[in-house]
Amino acid sequence: MAERKLRIMVAKPGLDGHDRGARILARHFRDSGFEVIYTGCHQTPEQIAASAIQEDVDVVGLSCLSGAHRYLFPKVVELLKEKGADDITVIGGGIIPEQDFQMLYDAGIKAIFTPGSTLEAIARWVRENVTQGS
Amino acid sequence: MYFTKKVLDESALLRKKWEDEVRKAVAEWPDQKERWSTVSDLEIKRLYGPEDISDIDFARDIGYPGQFPFLRGNQVTGYRGRFWTFRMFAGMGTAADTNRRWHMLLEQGTTGLSTAFDYPTLMGYDSDNPRARGECGRCGVAIDTLEDFLQLVKDIPLDRITTSMTINPPASVLWALYCAAAELQGVPLTEIGGTIQNDMLKEFIAQKTFMCPPEPSVKLISDTVEFGARYVPRWNTISISGYHIREAGSTAVQELAFTLRDGVEYVEDVVRRKGLDVDSFASRLSFFFNSHIDFFEEICKMRAARRMWATIMRDRFKAKDPRSCWMRFHTQTAGCSLTAQQPYNNVVRTAIEALAAVLGGTQSLHTNSLDEVWCLPTENSVEIALRTQQIIAEETGVGSTIDPLAGSYFVEALTNEMEEKAWEYIEKIDAMGGMTAAIERGYPQMEIADAAFKFQKQLEAGDRVMVGVNKYLTGEEEKIPILEIDERVEQEQIARLNKVRRTRNGRAVKKSLEELRQACRKGDNVMPFCIEAVKNMATVQEVCNVYRDVYGEYADPAIF
Repeated sequence: MAERKLRIMVAKPGLDGHDRGARILARHFRDSGFEVIYTGCHQTPEQIAASAIQEDVDVVGLSCLSGAHRYLFPKVVELLKEKGADDITVIGGGIIPEQDFQMLYDAGIKAIFTPGSTLEAIARWVRENVTQGS
Repeated sequence: MYFTKKVLDESALLRKKWEDEVRKAVAEWPDQKERWSTVSDLEIKRLYGPEDISDIDFARDIGYPGQFPFLRGNQVTGYRGRFWTFRMFAGMGTAADTNRRWHMLLEQGTTGLSTAFDYPTLMGYDSDNPRARGECGRCGVAIDTLEDFLQLVKDIPLDRITTSMTINPPASVLWALYCAAAELQGVPLTEIGGTIQNDMLKEFIAQKTFMCPPEPSVKLISDTVEFGARYVPRWNTISISGYHIREAGSTAVQELAFTLRDGVEYVEDVVRRKGLDVDSFASRLSFFFNSHIDFFEEICKMRAARRMWATIMRDRFKAKDPRSCWMRFHTQTAGCSLTAQQPYNNVVRTAIEALAAVLGGTQSLHTNSLDEVWCLPTENSVEIALRTQQIIAEETGVGSTIDPLAGSYFVEALTNEMEEKAWEYIEKIDAMGGMTAAIERGYPQMEIADAAFKFQKQLEAGDRVMVGVNKYLTGEEEKIPILEIDERVEQEQIARLNKVRRTRNGRAVKKSLEELRQACRKGDNVMPFCIEAVKNMATVQEVCNVYRDVYGEYADPAIF
């Protein structure tokens, strides 16, 4: 049986409009053979969790450059868990100072990518670490 | 013809000889790469000579400062009368925190202020809106009511210092707050000076801070232009911005073209909707450009921008007043050129970019701080950034003479080439029915996304180098001090907001918001109603909710 492509949602939680990285990454994921859903800017954690479930994605990639990741990223994981969707892998990127890494890992963010991460390194991480849901 | 036939004949002969030598040299020592291009991927020749600019008509294309086409600047005296405004963009935490930073900047010789608001304010939400969670005071200052605004401008003489406010969907509200604060300081509206960014088209194109759909957004902008033209004559009611277009990944030519075409859209709307004579408001339109790392490309872009805008105003809008033809612009060095790795290198990048802005003839400049990739700048890093401008102004001597690069074969040729390419874009957008129509079909958004993607691919392939990112890596992280915004800011801000809500006259708030709503419905100018509402302590969000109710909300079409 043909394998289903990995489905990735690139999401922009919060109010910041810095979407250059998110959109480049979405395009790269698509070119790399993933199925990509891009939410656009200004999504609430509730909207992201709901569409991740509705779209039945394997991965949610959160991008935040405003400094609000400390609240927004854990909130998305928490909401997915509440809805029984904790099999969805949540990763994040943006302007994230190193001192915040541990609290994000503890909150269930599986990987964090900061400025200088290459598109290919991010895609490779996903290929190597995510198996698709049933 | 710019040169005599004799010069061109001689040049042709000598050029041939030089080309032969180049062929031989390259056969022996090949060039490091085959194709050389600007950071925007505009191909650059090995050498420029008289033949590259032989089509120039001196009086038509170059001329003198203060004369059409203003290629060499608007001011007849250049920087000798006064330097460009050292205008550092600043805002953080609460209004009191930002006021403290402003006073520090003024003490250190900044000559104009520029306000960074936090995301809830930028988007027209109060600090206690659920959507604001985690954002309060982080990327700028949190402003909810007039009480915050009065704290922000405390002991700032509003009749002497000009203040720029980077604010877009709620621009009318923040400007209303400024007008109300001036009145309370006893400064008449005719004496305040400053700028509101108030450029929504580039928000849809690039920066993505939006509230209402494009059509009513432009209507609100035209309201401010009309109000300014009548009552606040020293205020720049729009700062037509290429900065964010470039930061989103556009090329320099796209930045130039889209910005100028946005300008056309605003002028058309004010003339059509308000029936104002173009010369009654055009001189208060200002512009805002990015100064990226590709030195000459930036200088040429700014020179071309002046000539193009002058041409647009004269030929397209039949402006009579020379001041309507002036492109006055602020510049900020390129945030996107800075690197998180080896952050001290950012001081060097910013200095080069600032120098390009000055050689391009900017009227006002913000220099980024070395740590702005990571956070809002610390006092120390801001000071270095400000000193960078002061060194350029006071030590390097580049301000001694006007437009010093004019006449360079390369600079004039590149200026012409960028202008030609920008006109092509403008014609294409005209053919689509204007910028609003082009935005609706995603055209500028997609052009920028393509350019940004191409750049990233070139970077990752090693075809482009960013020092510390893909070449000259040290393998160790360099630690720099990071400014942290205390999480208490959010609670304090919400407490202050609640206090205002408890103590204000609720009936007056309700009444003034209702009057604003009626004005919106009837298509009247919103500004007087907006000022009245904020004086009654209506919050930024309460005013914006009226706009949302009447005009509807816009959601990101999520193009990638």
